[in-house]
Amino acid sequence: MIWELVVSPFADFGFMRRALLGCIAISIGATPVGVFLMLRRMSLTGDAMAHAILPGAAFGYLVSGLSLGAMTIGGLVAGMAVALLSGLVSRVTALREDASLAAFYLISLALGVLIVSTRGSNVDLMHVLFGTVLALDDAALILVCTIASVTIMVLAALFRALVMECADPQFLRSVSGLSAVTHFTFLTLVVMNLVGGFHALGTLMAVGIMILPAAGARFWASSIGGLIMAAVSIAMLSSLIGLLLSFHYSLPSGPAIILVAGVFYATSLTVGSVGGLLTRTLPRPQPDA
Amino acid sequence: MTTRRTLLTSVAVLAALSFGSPAFAQSSKPMPVVATFSILGDMVTRIGGSHIAVTTLVGPDGDAHVYQPTPADARSVSSADVLFVNGLEFEGWIDRLVDASGFDGVRVVATKGIDAIPFDDHDDEHDDHAEHDKDEHGHDKHDDEHAHDKHAHDKHAHDKHDEDEHAHDKHDDEKHDDHAGHDHGAFDPHAWQSLGHAVSYVDNITAALAKADPANASTYYENRAAYVAEIEALEADVRAMIDAIPENKRTIVTSHDAFGYFADAYGLTFEAPQGLSTESEPSAADVAKMIVQIREESISAVFVETVTDNRLLEQIANETGATIGGTLYSDALSSSDGPASTYLDMMRHNATTLAAALGS
Repeated sequence: MIWELVVSPFADFGFMRRALLGCIAISIGATPVGVFLMLRRMSLTGDAMAHAILPGAAFGYLVSGLSLGAMTIGGLVAGMAVALLSGLVSRVTALREDASLAAFYLISLALGVLIVSTRGSNVDLMHVLFGTVLALDDAALILVCTIASVTIMVLAALFRALVMECADPQFLRSVSGLSAVTHFTFLTLVVMNLVGGFHALGTLMAVGIMILPAAGARFWASSIGGLIMAAVSIAMLSSLIGLLLSFHYSLPSGPAIILVAGVFYATSLTVGSVGGLLTRTLPRPQPDA
Repeated sequence: MTTRRTLLTSVAVLAALSFGSPAFAQSSKPMPVVATFSILGDMVTRIGGSHIAVTTLVGPDGDAHVYQPTPADARSVSSADVLFVNGLEFEGWIDRLVDASGFDGVRVVATKGIDAIPFDDHDDEHDDHAEHDKDEHGHDKHDDEHAHDKHAHDKHAHDKHDEDEHAHDKHDDEKHDDHAGHDHGAFDPHAWQSLGHAVSYVDNITAALAKADPANASTYYENRAAYVAEIEALEADVRAMIDAIPENKRTIVTSHDAFGYFADAYGLTFEAPQGLSTESEPSAADVAKMIVQIREESISAVFVETVTDNRLLEQIANETGATIGGTLYSDALSSSDGPASTYLDMMRHNATTLAAALGS
């Protein structure tokens, strides 16, 4: 019974194993980034960055067809340009980072739509940009796994500085020159993971797997380590269950995975042990982290 | 032939001259017409020749299912005398474009009179059409001028879609009346994938051009006769190529389900993981079903298409050990240096590719 429901889809079909591996890699790489985004009150930044990389990927596609390399590089360049420019503006002018990011990603998005529309040939670009987890080839898998590994190593190296940036960015800026380095390296990680995620899940779904598990984990742990563990676990479980639902009930797999993550979020919100709705109504409320 | 055409043309020109009618002004300058996508554009060009200036909205290698029109398209449409569309809701965006452009010419539905296949009904009760079409086209060779009346074996629901009047419905075919109850928009629009239906396209195009530009009508009918002869010759070739494929190898896997008419006309079965439109996202269940089918029926080759994302199909091929048999052109022609730059080349390329991969 369990075997048939859970194991045999993966045992019988290579594409299911690939999909699961890809999702697990994204869970390991993107979700911790999502946790830091959440802690830095930048959750919506992920969404903005996803729109910012889209035109770059589209440009890469129009220049050299459906090539993993061109689309990855295009997405990275566009995303980094937006991240760097908006970060620069917020650091040297009075404009806040959220406003400058919004400005630059909208410019980038408009530019992308312009590029796509002026090209005569019109293949369904959204279909190309919204990859499907069921069609991960070797190159895409290697890319996704590499990005996950690099992300984990960079996060480990920058861990202290990142936590400091989350807790008191002004303080970090006053005592160390590492503040800017940390900030931009972190934004690079965000862009990298979104680019990796859009090969697997499609752009918007990639943001989902980044942010939703992090938001859900917030109700189960209060330390950063705990948050990351909880978020990665939620992301992996969502991937597994989403893929199985897609297999057994004939649902499109990307949305299925994100919706399962959404259910995890709603459940955590209700019954989570740290600040969940139920625990808050108990006589001895848990202190907020 | 040449003398006859010359004679007819001069008569037409004389007639136009003697009346001093607008038709003469049109015949001196190419008549602007618009076709929605590359395959239709190619057919219209073949019929109209130098008497018309064709603008094609969705160019080579473009996907007309999801096209987004530009202001330049609206300008082309507004200045056109005739607008050729495929119909059967293939171009979902055309109504808005026509409204926005203020087009006031004649809109021609190229699939008018074609016995459309319902979406959920690819396999049954259509096997007889191919033969039937073939017989009718056989007659056409003898009476070029009036042949456009022959093909309308239609009495079914989608006729209501057509705005322009129906001069062609003389040949009702009782055999097909049972389709009358089907809903609109429930038909597979890729009718050009059958060469038999292509003759209906050509007839609709010819009749429309002749009506819009009577001065050159005889030229259009001449062009039609030559083109139909080529289509019929190719159909015989395609049939021979497909017949050479062993019966048990006639199941074909492609990335989007655009070959219903081809399958019906030539006795093949097409399977696609993505359903009929390029817009839907496949589920794991669909992909698994396809893999199981490929394994069980030991299908040896899958075919990729130009307008769709083929990564999924390549994965399926990898997993089942099937080879990629080649590239099929479904909804768009290739650019002029590609293997399918005209409609006839496209059909020949598809048949050759299929026969080469499956025939051995």
